[in-house]
Amino acid sequence: MKPRTMFQKIWEAHLVRPASADTPAILYVDLHLIHEVTSPQAFTWLREKNLKVRRPERTVATMDHSTPTTPRGRDGKIQVLDNAAALQIAALEKNCADFGIELHALGSDGQGIVHVIGPELGLTQPGAIIVCGDSHTSTHGAFGALAFGIGTSEVSHVLATQSLLQQPPKTLAVTIEGTLRPGVTAKDVILAVVARLGIGGGNGHVIEYRGSAIRALSMEERMTVCNMSIEAGARAGMIAPDETTFAYLEGRPRAPKGAAWDKAVAAWRSLPSDPGAAFDREEKFDADKLEPMITYGTNPGMGISIGGPIPAPSNATAEKALAYMGLTGEKKLLGHKIDVVFIGSCTNSRLSDLRAAAGIFKGRKVAEGVRVLVVPGSQAIKKAAEAEGLDRVFREAGADWREAGCSMCIAMNGDQLKPGQYAVSTSNRNFEGRQGAGGRTFLASPVTAAASAITGRITDAREMV
Amino acid sequence: MEKVNLITSRTVVLPVENVDTDQIIPARFLKATSKIGLGKNLFADWRFDADGKPKADFILNRPEASGAAILVAGDNFGCGSSREHAPWALHDYGFRAVVSTSIADIFRNNALKNGLIPVVVDRAVHEKLLAAPDAIVTISVEDQTLTLADGTRTSFPIDPFARFCLLNGVDELEFLLAQEPAIAAFEKSRAG
Ligand code: SF4
Repeated sequence: MKPRTMFQKIWEAHLVRPASADTPAILYVDLHLIHEVTSPQAFTWLREKNLKVRRPERTVATMDHSTPTTPRGRDGKIQVLDNAAALQIAALEKNCADFGIELHALGSDGQGIVHVIGPELGLTQPGAIIVCGDSHTSTHGAFGALAFGIGTSEVSHVLATQSLLQQPPKTLAVTIEGTLRPGVTAKDVILAVVARLGIGGGNGHVIEYRGSAIRALSMEERMTVCNMSIEAGARAGMIAPDETTFAYLEGRPRAPKGAAWDKAVAAWRSLPSDPGAAFDREEKFDADKLEPMITYGTNPGMGISIGGPIPAPSNATAEKALAYMGLTGEKKLLGHKIDVVFIGSCTNSRLSDLRAAAGIFKGRKVAEGVRVLVVPGSQAIKKAAEAEGLDRVFREAGADWREAGCSMCIAMNGDQLKPGQYAVSTSNRNFEGRQGAGGRTFLASPVTAAASAITGRITDAREMV
Repeated sequence: MEKVNLITSRTVVLPVENVDTDQIIPARFLKATSKIGLGKNLFADWRFDADGKPKADFILNRPEASGAAILVAGDNFGCGSSREHAPWALHDYGFRAVVSTSIADIFRNNALKNGLIPVVVDRAVHEKLLAAPDAIVTISVEDQTLTLADGTRTSFPIDPFARFCLLNGVDELEFLLAQEPAIAAFEKSRAG
């Protein structure tokens, strides 16, 4: 048999019908995740057409985007003050109840950012096809799943038929060999990849991240890498499952148990790309040469190493970006004053991210005038962080410790920048206004964000240890 | 779904690259539970100032843009978030096609399901379109062609199935529902 990539193996195992000259492939979906923002219209269409959800047990819902992260009231409940958000949340509750879908409702133990809770619950498994009406579904590819974002029309397709029409994408191998130097994190790796590929450089492709530097990453770090595949235009990013993957999954609530576990692991071992499997394209990186990264512009591809100069603008779009950011080409970003620091989002809100940030905050104080928001990705992470006292470290440093959710990553839940403010953010998008109309975002790792919070200026965390 | 084939209109030129879906429709407008009426918030932060007044220099606020159904934009249009609200907003506003040198994958998929035609042209044609705002252009889904007023014609790629659905007003969901036997057989084969 011809050597196959991991992508091909998963694709072929899910073909209800292969593509023909006239029709795309029909793919079977193993796991469908939904949230309140991109699903309501899909349920409306189901009702209009009198359709049922074909496999309700294969869809899991949570609330994360429009939910507030402000502390709970005395009754232990999270208050939703925004009417439109409350309606959207109520709509998801009703839709899940009417159609028999498992819901991790606001404030419940299983609630959190959709891409954080899937892995946490053990729902995200190697070899699966996972979709969600959300572009960062690529996160789940860290487990050797084929996971990609879909639109709301497609959400209705999956609800009604558990299937999707898809044209086969191309494959791109991103190979990163070597060892990351101290102070260089998974976030820096993916910011460097996106900076090289450019924001549209991965269009039409599924990325497989490979090489010794990738193998050495923990599952949480792998998720950070796969999460931002879409920032290079690639709908999916994946990493071959290995012992690290199995160790993370074993014992999780929804992972297989007993004999089923052994059987699953045996099957998962056959997923990695075969030696000699051909990719449509390959990009190579030297891990030893990577530096902490930060973005300076208005898309995630506009990244530089933290000590480097801002590139001189090469066209009108780049000029527009610098004008929006209030920055000048050829100057350094290091030392630039900031107003806000946001630590959270599906990219960097997991326990290891919080620990890394806490390592910097411990025994230090946030610079005067800087607002710092630390937002755990899920209720489970919140609990775990509190159990080891991280919340106290953040609070004592002068940071806000919040309820779980997307928070300032998307600014549709009350957490947002004011016009003109500068933020160092561990999220994934620095688009104009993404964190609040007129707000200006520098994307970076949790340690860079924490170090910058302490000094009030963009800071290389390596100078702080 | 409505049938779509010929679109003839003046163009509106937005010569910005990497227009992301957060610009097309900012997240604060995603709290709607319906897809109707999003056009009023299309490009909200580029169209209106902080007080909600139209910014005179933004292209959609200029008189010549009124009624145009074809948007010509820079490279990599529609990147970022998967929100289908982006094509909903463009369509609701009155656009029926977006022309660029490249269009992001999820946006393209979403657009095709909503009667908004993603048209990818080569750099030479693109330059011509950028240089001639307000040009009258005809797009044919059936012929997969874009024709300029001077008769220059260029063809563009479109997924054959999406083209079939557009020309015949077929909803992809109807097609998938008709595949029930194959889906059931697949489920059965996996259970075994
Ligand atoms: S954290 Fe941000 S990027 Fe992630 S799912 Fe939420 S809004 Fe999307």
